[in-house]
Amino acid sequence: MRNTWTICRKELGSYFVSPIAYLLLTMFGVVFGFFFWNALRYFVVAGIEMQMRGESVPMNINEDIIRPLLSNASVIFLFLIPLITMRLFAEEKRSGTIELLATSPVRDIEIILGKWFAALVLYACMLLFTALDFVFLFIYGKPDWKPMAVGYLGLLLQGGLFLAIGAFLSTLTKNQIIAGALTFGVCILLWVFEWVSGYESATWATVVSYLSVITHFDSFARGVIDSKDVIFYLSGIFLGLFATARSMESLRWRS
Amino acid sequence: MIAVKELTKRYARTTAVDRISFSVEKGQIVGFLGPNGAGKTTTMRVLTCFLPPSAGTATVAGFDVLAQPREVKKRIGYLPETPPLYPEMATVDYLRFVGKLKGLSGAELDKRVDYVLGRCFISDVKQKLLGKLSKGYRQRVGLAQAIIHNPEVLILDEPTAGLDPKQINETRDLIKSLAGDHTIILSTHILPEVEHTCEQVIIINKGKLVATDSVRNLEARTRGVEAVLLEVAGRDGVVDTAVVQHRLEQVSGVAQVIAKETKDLRLTFEVQSQKGQLVRGDLARAVVESGWDLNELRAAGMSLEEIFLELTGSEAVKDKEIEKAPAEEKETSQEQTS
Repeated sequence: MRNTWTICRKELGSYFVSPIAYLLLTMFGVVFGFFFWNALRYFVVAGIEMQMRGESVPMNINEDIIRPLLSNASVIFLFLIPLITMRLFAEEKRSGTIELLATSPVRDIEIILGKWFAALVLYACMLLFTALDFVFLFIYGKPDWKPMAVGYLGLLLQGGLFLAIGAFLSTLTKNQIIAGALTFGVCILLWVFEWVSGYESATWATVVSYLSVITHFDSFARGVIDSKDVIFYLSGIFLGLFATARSMESLRWRS
Repeated sequence: MIAVKELTKRYARTTAVDRISFSVEKGQIVGFLGPNGAGKTTTMRVLTCFLPPSAGTATVAGFDVLAQPREVKKRIGYLPETPPLYPEMATVDYLRFVGKLKGLSGAELDKRVDYVLGRCFISDVKQKLLGKLSKGYRQRVGLAQAIIHNPEVLILDEPTAGLDPKQINETRDLIKSLAGDHTIILSTHILPEVEHTCEQVIIINKGKLVATDSVRNLEARTRGVEAVLLEVAGRDGVVDTAVVQHRLEQVSGVAQVIAKETKDLRLTFEVQSQKGQLVRGDLARAVVESGWDLNELRAAGMSLEEIFLELTGSEAVKDKEIEKAPAEEKETSQEQTS
């Protein structure tokens, strides 16, 4: 546990001493800020139009702004997560520092958990940026915080899964770009798998669409904690980290 | 302290290390010597538990590298060929990080970090980022991280590779000064390094153990043999190489006569005596009595370099002669400057 913390602190240092963390945070802040501004403007214009027409369809900040925005955020992260994870192991393999870790009295799993957790912390920092935008909603309106918190929990779980997949793919190569590209490809596939269920209802299609990470996020976005989805994410994270551990072990036997 | 038995490491297609056995006593400095690609790094990686052996056993301080890797790792300090540094970390932060990984904490950690900073002469760069350090400093930080937890065994893979002559001397002195407290294995393909720093040599070539002995014994092994270079010229102009060679071979105690070159009327021979025989006087007399001139006669002592070439076989020599590529020459010049 102590070793995990040591490695996690070192990884966070690497993210925040180099420009990586700030670049990612800024990029995400700008992109998400634009999404937020767009959603808010649409909401306000729609509200004014309705007032002018004298209609009174109930409008809800949670349903009309927060929920779609959290879904958007989960898609933006598909693009950013490879940038977080691609260096995790590939860089150590290229520079030879993996030899330091592997010859220290530290378990592989401690190294992996430390690195994964550091990536998760950086990811959580990015999530906090979205909260900055939502603060305005709390100043000028009265959104319900509970479904929002559930949405964040969902984002955190989904991020954890993608990060675990990214960590695994990063152990496969010395080349960060290859690691990043692989992660990107897998993330995108896991996103679009759900389309299959739109035109096919055979068993395989059900299985494939079940694998789609995004469908499991819907319930969280609605503010519902569904144990089925929580278990999906947790088992996915476990599988990803397990594969990472096996891959690290095999490095020694293959090399 | 270290015992290696019948150690073999096979990669997919090649056998990098082939049934090597040796042992190292506590407190010794051992030079691990061999041409590039001989299997030095692989052996070291097995000893540090980075790679598992394909067959055979290796134990460090009584712990097997396969069965109890964590116990072995606690007792080993390892400097790989390229120091494992994180360029974005400051020297002191890096040493603290490694110290924690090796199990140090609290006041003990502070004390050891201060100690290695002083011991390796890197106090003046302790706040600098590792990526900004010069090669010499990087190497010293690498050594510092290897000794931070005061390990019983130090394994150093080519610790002086790529350094300039001044840095090489500094690094060697540093390694020598560490010898008392630690058992050290250091690999190198540079011979003088072994002569200067090590007590014991293990020579490997193409994955096989060629010799293991103390430096002194290795030199003594050939000391009884006298190697003499002599130049002979004919009085009245004409001498036949074969005739002279035959005459020299007649001298008692001579083991081998090699005709080296013939230039104008001067012939050069290299003569090797049998063990324990002194032949210089007899050679001179033989030449003069046969009516030739003796232009030169000098001892061609065998250096460790020649022993090495002899032991690693003529193949290594041939290889060197065939590929006189620029890279190869650069390496030899590096050897000479060192």
